[in-house]
Amino acid sequence: MKDMWTAIPARGRVILLVLLAALLVAPAALDRYFMSVLILIFYFAFVGQAWNIMMGYAGQLSLGHALYAGLGGYVAALLWFYFGIGPWIGVFAGVAVAAAFGAVIGWLGFRFGIEGVYFALLTIAFAEFTRIAFDNMSFTGGPGGLFLLYEEQRTHEWWNLRGGPLLFYYLGLALAAGGALLTAWLARSRLGYQWLAVREDQEAALSLGVGAFRAKMIAVLISASMTAIGGVFLAFYYNSLFPAQAFDIGRSIEIILAPVIGGLGTIFGPIVGAFILTPLGEALIALTAKFGVDLPGTKAVFYGLTLMIIITLRPDGVWPWLKRLLGLEPKS
Amino acid sequence: MSALLKVDGISKRFRGLLAVDRLSFEVPQGGIFAVIGPNGAGKTTLFNMIAGVFAPDGGAITFAGERIDGLKPDKICQRGIGRTYQIVRPFPALSVEDNVIVGALLHRHHVSDARAHAQDVLRRLDLYDKRAQRASSLTLPDRKRLEVARALATDPKLLLLDEVMAGLRPTEMDRIVSILQELNRETGLTILLIEHVMRAVMALAGQILVLHHGASIAQGSPQQVVRDPAVIHSYLGAEDVA
Repeated sequence: MKDMWTAIPARGRVILLVLLAALLVAPAALDRYFMSVLILIFYFAFVGQAWNIMMGYAGQLSLGHALYAGLGGYVAALLWFYFGIGPWIGVFAGVAVAAAFGAVIGWLGFRFGIEGVYFALLTIAFAEFTRIAFDNMSFTGGPGGLFLLYEEQRTHEWWNLRGGPLLFYYLGLALAAGGALLTAWLARSRLGYQWLAVREDQEAALSLGVGAFRAKMIAVLISASMTAIGGVFLAFYYNSLFPAQAFDIGRSIEIILAPVIGGLGTIFGPIVGAFILTPLGEALIALTAKFGVDLPGTKAVFYGLTLMIIITLRPDGVWPWLKRLLGLEPKS
Repeated sequence: MSALLKVDGISKRFRGLLAVDRLSFEVPQGGIFAVIGPNGAGKTTLFNMIAGVFAPDGGAITFAGERIDGLKPDKICQRGIGRTYQIVRPFPALSVEDNVIVGALLHRHHVSDARAHAQDVLRRLDLYDKRAQRASSLTLPDRKRLEVARALATDPKLLLLDEVMAGLRPTEMDRIVSILQELNRETGLTILLIEHVMRAVMALAGQILVLHHGASIAQGSPQQVVRDPAVIHSYLGAEDVA
């Protein structure tokens, strides 16, 4: 653990500590709106990190991560809704269900050599099946959705995630930071090296004795579990769940954008990506409103164009470039 | 000397083509054994069967007294057989050192131990000064040595080298030959190599097997083999190699 810290150049440590301190005290100065933007940033940094473990490190493309977030959210919300079981317990159930789905998808894909885009199709298919199933189950509220009551008298129950923005702000910050720490620790472990080897050349990895199947399964399980935790967070933050949103491919794409824009296979990539994308989306909403453009899809077009420009200019992601810019490249 | 690797009557057929035909030979413990033969003779197929890429259709492969035919490549490596690829396959985005660490982690659980071992191996292969470079930035001779370093880092008892000299200039070749001789002499590493370059084979091998159309046509010491009429006829032609 300690060498993770010493591996960061001194200037980087200072920047990191200043940013972290700023984020810790920021709620004192921020209004509700900016708090809500930061909460979303933390969420996307966290689930982006989860996806990054699978794609950026282990090299397995999932385009169905909404499945894990949706399952985590639904399971914890249902336990709360029907039995009054709090999310601190519900999250374990949500993680278990999501991990079970991840295990099935991983086993099918890796056991039968379904790779690359075909594996991605498999992940989409599972998310779609699940969406259709949830649309047709009455106890989940069906297509009409599941709503958690917001009760004013219970807002002090932080342990049940029944609090206001401040609670979700600090919880989100803890998740984003914890996710980054976990990834950094994994990346420096034996497993992390095995992931990289499998990502770079699976056949060569096998001939060096790397148990590729096992390494990939662990990546899926960790990634699905983390994403499910993110899903619980989001479900209790918004207090509502709809199958058409929770399991939508659009939700899966949202999850992958931050690591892709920020830099795949890097610790800070998903964080930097989330800090770019969420404010960008918010700014576009504000701008289109200001100029009175209410044509549907205007925001999406400009959002897409901006992403294309970023990817064209920084194909490896923004973070590797930013890292050089800040003089944080380790001396070789 | 007892046999470390025993190949006993193995065959492999690809559709109509019999790539390897009831081939048998033994690689003695601590020896350097070369398999030569023209293109398409079945050399790489033979290697792939030993390394577990595919199972033989018939026959047995025994390594250190245990049957290994049909095992998967990762299990074969875990038993103590390291291999290189004819067309090198470094992990391009990783540093030279990290490439070797992946191999070193097979029998080491801590990255710091693996790094120390990887650096020892890199010194032996003359790659220590290039350890921080990305593998994709290396020249071909360096990549060839990285391929050997990575396999060596798994602490194999037997090293399979698939045309590790191909595409190298004579000086580079001599460098690898002397590194391999040193490894064999100092660590007792057993080496099985496929090679086209007769100069390297003659310098290295204690025994040579000549493969033609998937079958052995001659086997013995380098001096015996190059004088064998069947070998001269089918493979070496009239050229004087001695």
